[in-house]
Amino acid sequence: MQTNSPAVGTGTAFYVDNTDYYYGSFQAVRDVTLDIPERKITAFIGPSGCGKSTVLRCFNRLNDLIPSAHIKGRITYRGVDIYDKGVDPIDLRRNIGMVFQKPNPFPKSIYENIAFGARINGYKGDMDELVERSLRAAAIWDEVKDKLKESGLSISGGQQQRLCIARAIAIEPQVLLMDEPCSALDPISTRSVEELMQELKERYTIIIVTHNMQQATRVSDMTAFFNAEPTEKGGKQGYLVEYAPTQTIFNSPQMEATQDYVSGRFG
Amino acid sequence: MTTADSSKDLNQISDSASGFDSNLAGRYQQDKIFRIAALIATLAGLVVLGFLVFDILVDGLGRLLQNFPSFINSFPSRSADRAGVLSALVGSILLLIITALAAFPLGVGTGIFLQEFGGDSWFSKFVEVNIGNLAAVPSIIYGLLGLTVFVDLLFNVTGGRSVVSAGLTLALLILPVIIVATREAMKAVPDSLRLAGFALGSTRWQVIWEHVLPLALPGILTGTILALSRAIGETAPLIVIGAATFVPFLPTNLKDSFTALPIQIFNWTSRPQAAFHANAAAAIIVLMVLLLTMNAGAIFLRNKFQSER
Repeated sequence: MQTNSPAVGTGTAFYVDNTDYYYGSFQAVRDVTLDIPERKITAFIGPSGCGKSTVLRCFNRLNDLIPSAHIKGRITYRGVDIYDKGVDPIDLRRNIGMVFQKPNPFPKSIYENIAFGARINGYKGDMDELVERSLRAAAIWDEVKDKLKESGLSISGGQQQRLCIARAIAIEPQVLLMDEPCSALDPISTRSVEELMQELKERYTIIIVTHNMQQATRVSDMTAFFNAEPTEKGGKQGYLVEYAPTQTIFNSPQMEATQDYVSGRFG
Repeated sequence: MTTADSSKDLNQISDSASGFDSNLAGRYQQDKIFRIAALIATLAGLVVLGFLVFDILVDGLGRLLQNFPSFINSFPSRSADRAGVLSALVGSILLLIITALAAFPLGVGTGIFLQEFGGDSWFSKFVEVNIGNLAAVPSIIYGLLGLTVFVDLLFNVTGGRSVVSAGLTLALLILPVIIVATREAMKAVPDSLRLAGFALGSTRWQVIWEHVLPLALPGILTGTILALSRAIGETAPLIVIGAATFVPFLPTNLKDSFTALPIQIFNWTSRPQAAFHANAAAAIIVLMVLLLTMNAGAIFLRNKFQSER
């Protein structure tokens, strides 16, 4: 999977430069520095509370919605500091889509689930065509094409998650953030989402948070291993242990902690 | 009983080895006691309400049916059997409309602000504490407030002791209830839907308008209509505002003096003649029918919006 020469579309999407993440005065994650390649799948793995979702939610500034959350350091996307005053978070989110842990379709029709994002972002083209294209791209068109008017909640969990992926890509983002997208799905649905990710990475930069190490080895090109250590006050603080091509992380990691985690030996 | 018996057999098998005393019979007994206690609590309220309705129907239904259309469409009169509730009924409905028009946008707007925009600022905390206190203020105090603000200070706008003064006073009275209902209904909308909206590049208002409000609307409407039901039965603030007790005409504009059903009922019950007491009972039936119609409307609206989801 790994290519040594930087070919087309293998530039750096995000560059995370020496960042710390805070909720109020509590430092939740520290010392994260990594660069995320374009049009690859990057996986964040690590135990609960290691801050991988916190870091993920900074890429589209969704953490801005938590008043006490803030970061120190810099995250750039294609060279632009995304926390710069000139960057509008709403515009940023339109370009950096997100899929959540639990499928969360809007309680509206399947059609409207896709059309909503396009409509609020001022899409001028043919809506029917966009809906079909997005559902096809998310490999769910054949299953729902006869019930576009039915509620997005009427389909199975795996279908709902692919509907959410279709909804995210309908507004043509450049990046897809996926926060444990398969943790609520059965193995068959998980497989269909993973296959979909392989297709999507030809067009999108994908960052996936996952608890499932097999999933990371199956789908990702790069893997970042986060760990957590207890703080004096009884909380947990996450930090980035190691970031390398997935093969390296799982076969010959540099750090002992990584080796222990990926081989199932803890602490 | 068969359940308890068969588990006794099972206990004999397991008890010999374990240190547990499951006392299943005792726990079933407890179950039964609390089920009966809860049933008694339910029936107590129901019986009192049933007795009240029965009593009112006995006292008033005869009068209402005997003078059927005339009781509804006549003005008050010195003679009990020619008196009707027309001006009171129209006054109550007019009050209701003014109250709803003033309280709904203000209450829902405040609820939206506190729940979605206010955040943790000192201002929203300040407003929140005050709303909690306002909800506990006795209604007669609102009457005094209305008397000062709407009747005196805003005399030129409201025309003094008018139907609009009373409507606005009742709106203030139920504002806290609508705000709290709005907040609770919006709180019940899962955050995952807000996040989904934001992740697609929605502004906060787009998230509220497209995703939060449609889901919260049944709850908001239910809360609002229940609050209006309370307003329509309020008497004390109307007395303070100065509702007239004898209004032989229909209000032609919002600055007219007015009366309302609770005032009319209050007036009739305080007269010595028994015939007027029957009138009061009949007017209570009219008020109850109005209330039940409103509550039925609330249920209808809620079901309508829920089935659309």
